[in-house]
Amino acid sequence: MAVETAPAKTTTGQKLHRIHVVVNGAAHDVDVEPRTLLVHFLRENLGMTGTHIGCDTTSCGACTVLLNGRAVKSCTLFAVQVDQASIATVEGLEKDGKLHPIQEGFHQEHGLQCGFCTPGMMMTAVGFLATNPAPTELQIREAISGNLCRCTGYVNIVKSIDYAARKLREPAEGKAPDVR
Amino acid sequence: MIPASFEYEVATDVAHAIQLLASSGGEAKVLAGGQSLIPLMKFRLAQPASLIDITRIAGLSGIRENGELQIGALIREADLEKNAIIRQRYPIIADTAAVVADPLVRNMATIGGNLAHADPANDHPATMLALRASVVAQGSKGERVIPIDDFFLDTFTTALRPDEILVEIRVPKPAARSGGAYLKLERKVGDFAIVGVAAVVRLDESGKIAAASIGLTNVGLTAIRARNAEEKLRGQAPDDKALAAAGAAAAAESQPVSDLRGPAEYKRDVVRVLTQRAIRKAVARAKGGN
Ligand SMILES: Cc1cc2nc3c(=O)[nH]c(=O)nc-3n(C[C@H](O)[C@H](O)[C@H](O)COP(=O)(O)OP(=O)(O)OC[C@H]3O[C@@H](n4cnc5c(N)ncnc54)[C@H](O)[C@@H]3O)c2cc1C
Ligand code: FES
Ligand code: FES
Repeated sequence: MAVETAPAKTTTGQKLHRIHVVVNGAAHDVDVEPRTLLVHFLRENLGMTGTHIGCDTTSCGACTVLLNGRAVKSCTLFAVQVDQASIATVEGLEKDGKLHPIQEGFHQEHGLQCGFCTPGMMMTAVGFLATNPAPTELQIREAISGNLCRCTGYVNIVKSIDYAARKLREPAEGKAPDVR
Repeated sequence: MIPASFEYEVATDVAHAIQLLASSGGEAKVLAGGQSLIPLMKFRLAQPASLIDITRIAGLSGIRENGELQIGALIREADLEKNAIIRQRYPIIADTAAVVADPLVRNMATIGGNLAHADPANDHPATMLALRASVVAQGSKGERVIPIDDFFLDTFTTALRPDEILVEIRVPKPAARSGGAYLKLERKVGDFAIVGVAAVVRLDESGKIAAASIGLTNVGLTAIRARNAEEKLRGQAPDDKALAAAGAAAAAESQPVSDLRGPAEYKRDVVRVLTQRAIRKAVARAKGGN
């Protein structure tokens, strides 16, 4: 990581931008080229490969992360745009060896087969359940309409998200489940 | 896919954005939600020398009713769709926001970008034509208000000057006994429209159509008004016969082309059907229904 104070440059003379971004609670200050997409920043600069690249054309949602709590497609966002923002990725779901309710839901309801779409599906679901904690099946289906799955036929994904919604609504035993 | 290199600048306020645009010699592009621009840059169909990020400018994402409805250019589709004023008083705008792309794109995409991009497949242009909206632009020469009929010049081309940014959309307050609706046929959820129809009607005291305005999505080089259909409805009771005549007129004046979303004849027939349904829904809303 470069530490000079003058704006760093690439070998081709492109000016780099220092961004400050909090990913799953950990702060990072990194120099990036403006054209670096958020998904590449996460996978290549931070080595967090849980966020997938599927279509690379804003269609499939495999790259979904939360930007300040909202689900967005990280293949269609430059890293420089998230300066000062907070990002949540699939790597941040499990806490202290305990699965997040959405992960538990996908496990219990067989919400995945190959697993390629799963990180995006789960991040979309987490963002959605934060705004709609008691969704109908139709609302769940609408919420994941920007996420494609080529394996499951969606039925078990919908059940997984419903499982998580119910689990998240359960009165907290001691400690409330962490939604983000 | 990696875009070509570009410089990135964050505009702190509107004046700063205008200054950055003016000094770029036409080589810069405004970046709002990025949901149209970034895909184009990834395909290298767009290679701007610099991007001016306007999303950090404060005060451009509000919704106010102030004699007329004022919508800040930077409001995200997801927020527009949920806004209480929009849902209660301008349901046609909520109809439209709800069918733009998918929920993830809607968390980023802005209404200003949807209009400024001037893609005939975008959904808000037809709705804004039907609502008789206007667009507020700010540039080095000051502010001007552009009637929506004068805004879309060609595919991807608007009346905005190179140093202007769109800051607000203004929509006249709904008249008594008026209502509007937007309907869209899409191949699958999240796709651009095969055809979209926006209809706004105002009824007179006897329940006849005093005025109608109709906008069409993705059946022309820009979103277009179906003026003949509007004319057919004037003074008529909103019965099946009048609606059928308006649908036929809209189909005749639409200019679809055959592409992967279907042959032109098919799209023309979709215009005919959706126009009637949109008017029917607009009339129901004008009568206080939903
Ligand atoms: C998979 C997918 C599906 C989609 N489906 C639909 C759909 O069904 N219907 C639909 O309507 N749209 C659809 N879109 C387009 C999406 O809604 C766009 O994001 C939106 O049209 C543009 O808004 P934006 O804020 O993202 O603009 P940007 O991508 O940031 O900008 C678009 C253009 O407008 C200019 N611009 C933006 N804001 C301003 C401003 N305030 N002043 C001056 N110029 C400005 C930019 O310079 C650029 O040229 C889809 C996009 C994707 C990726
Ligand atoms: S990789 Fe981002 S939407 Fe498919
Ligand atoms: S589980 Fe394979 S794509 Fe969804």
